[in-house]
Amino acid sequence: MSAAAPGTSKAAHSDVAPKKKKGPGALATAYLVIYNVVMTAGWLVIAVGLVRAYLARGSYHGLYYSIEKPLNVCPLCHIPGIVPSSVVLTGFQVMSRVFLTWAVTHSVREVQSEDSVLLFVTAWTVTEIIRYSFYTFSLLNHLPYLIKWARYTFFIVLYPMGVTGELLTIYAALPYVQKTGLYSVTLPNKYNFSFDYYTFLILIMISYIPLFPQLYFHMIRQRKKVLGHVEDYSKVE
Amino acid sequence: MDALALEAAGGKKVANGAAVAAPLPPPAPVKRKPAKKAKKAVVFFEVEILDAKTKDKLCFLDKVEPNATIGEIKSMFHKSHPQWYPARQSIRLDPKGKSLKDEDVLQHLPVGTTATFYFRDLGAQISWVTVFLTEYTGPLVIYLMFYFRVPFIYAPKYDFTTSKHWVVHLACMCHSFHYVKRLLETLFVHRFSHGTMPLRNIFKNCTYYWGFAAWMAYYINHPLYTPPIYGEQQIRLALIIFLFCQIGNFSIHIALRNLRPPGSKTRKIPYPTKNPFTWIFLLVSCPNYTYELGSWLGFTVMTQCLPVAFFTLVGFIQMTVWAKGKHRSYLKEFRDYPPLRSPILPFIL
Repeated sequence: MSAAAPGTSKAAHSDVAPKKKKGPGALATAYLVIYNVVMTAGWLVIAVGLVRAYLARGSYHGLYYSIEKPLNVCPLCHIPGIVPSSVVLTGFQVMSRVFLTWAVTHSVREVQSEDSVLLFVTAWTVTEIIRYSFYTFSLLNHLPYLIKWARYTFFIVLYPMGVTGELLTIYAALPYVQKTGLYSVTLPNKYNFSFDYYTFLILIMISYIPLFPQLYFHMIRQRKKVLGHVEDYSKVE
Repeated sequence: MDALALEAAGGKKVANGAAVAAPLPPPAPVKRKPAKKAKKAVVFFEVEILDAKTKDKLCFLDKVEPNATIGEIKSMFHKSHPQWYPARQSIRLDPKGKSLKDEDVLQHLPVGTTATFYFRDLGAQISWVTVFLTEYTGPLVIYLMFYFRVPFIYAPKYDFTTSKHWVVHLACMCHSFHYVKRLLETLFVHRFSHGTMPLRNIFKNCTYYWGFAAWMAYYINHPLYTPPIYGEQQIRLALIIFLFCQIGNFSIHIALRNLRPPGSKTRKIPYPTKNPFTWIFLLVSCPNYTYELGSWLGFTVMTQCLPVAFFTLVGFIQMTVWAKGKHRSYLKEFRDYPPLRSPILPFIL
C-alpha cells in the first residue's frame, strides 16, 4: 500500500536535524565530561608551556615554538565536541581558530615570531580554559559562580585582544604570501580557475568588520541574560 | 480538498435560529421535519485572531459565514490591520502549528462556533514572478558584459576585444539561450502555487545567481582562457548533451503546466505524455531538475571550467533537496504514486 520507491528507502528526514537540545543521557554526559576535562587540560598545557618558556628565556620571543604542537591540535579537537551553544557561532569560531593556526601561522614561518601571535594565543588560552571548565562544571551540576562570572566577563577584554592579535598576524603574513604566491593558482591552466590567497586573506580581514560586532554583542546580551539574575540556576546557557 | 471546497460552496443556507454547529451535513433539499430536533441552520461563526507569540487579541470578527475561506478571513483581517496584506499573513490553529491554506473552509476546520486562530507575520513579501525575472535577467546581462570584455574587468588592452576561441562564442550563446528560456518560461509557462515569497529571498537568490554568473563568465571569457583538451569532439558532445537537456527541461515544464488549469492550484501526479522527453517521468519525480543538471554538466564539459563545475555541484545539491521534498509530498498526498520513481536520479537519488 505504501508506495516506497527504491531511491527513497533511506528515511530522508532532512527537516529534523538531530539537535542535542534535550538533556544528554548518562553515556553522552560521561563523554562530554571527559571531553571537556581533556580540552581544559589541553589549554592548560599550552598556558603552562607559555609561562615556563617565558620564565626560561626572559623574553617572549620565540614562545610560539614551545607550544606549537598542542596549539595546532587543540582547535581541531573542537570538532568532536557537542557544546550547548549555537552551532553557527561555534562553527565560525572553530573555523577561524583552525584557519589562524594552520593556514596562517603554521604556513607562514616568518610570522611565528610576531608579538601578535602571542597576543591571540594568550587570549584563546585564557578563554578556553575558562570555557571548558564552565562546561565541565555545568555537566556535573556544580557550577561555581566565579567560573560563570569569569566566562561571561573576561571575554569583554579577551575577545578584542584575540581579534587584534589575529588581524595583526594575518596582516603580517600578507607580504610573504604575495611574494611567494602561497596557496595561489594562476591562469592560464586547463581548469580555467585561479585563486589568489593574498586577496583571500584581505577579504578575511574585511569580514571581521561585520562578524566581530555581531559575536561580541551576542556575548554581551548573553551576559545580561545569565548574570542579570541574582539567583542563578547553574543551568548551561 | 477541492471536493470539500465544492461541498462548502454548494452549502446549506437554510436560515434557522437553532444554535447547532453543523458538521458536514450533505446538501439535502429544504424540508422541515418536525420530529427531528437537529435542524440545518446557518450558524454564523465568530473568529478571533490572536498573535501567535504574544497571544494578544488582534482582531475579532463576528457574523462570519460558515463557508468562508481562510483567504476571505485574511482579507477581513487585512481591513483592520492594513499593514498586513493577506500574502504576509500566516493563520494557524495552533501557535506552533502549520499554516492553514487559503482554500480551507471555516466550518470544515476543527473549531467551535467561536474559532480562535493564531497569526504570524511572514514579513514583507514579493511575488515569485518578480523574483524569477530579476534573478534570471542578472546572469544574462552580466555574462554578456564579460563576453564583450567591458572595461575594468580585464587588462585595458583587452577592452572590447573578442576571444579567438570559437567555443567561447558558443558558450555565450548557450548561456544566454538558457536564461532567455528561463525568462520566457517565467512569463508564459509556469503556473505558481504560491503568489509570493519572503522579500529577503530576492537578495539571497540574486546574490547566488548573479555572483556565480560573474565568477563563471570571468574565466570563460578571459584572454588567457584554455579551451577543452579534447577539442572539437568534447565541445560537440557537450553541446548535444546541453541541447538535449534544454529541450527535455522545457518539455517537462510544459507537461507540468498542462496538469493544472489556468488560475488553479490543483496538484496531480505527472505522467509521461506523447513527447519522448517526458518518458523520464517513469523513473523520476522531478525530471525538470534532472534535465537541468544535465544541461549544466554539458556546459561544464563544453567550457572545461572549474567554477562552472562548482556551480553545477551547488545547484545539484539544492535541486536534490527540493526534489526529495517534492517526492515526499507526492508520496504523502497520493496513495497510488508510482513506486518505481526516484526523486531526481533514476534508481540512485
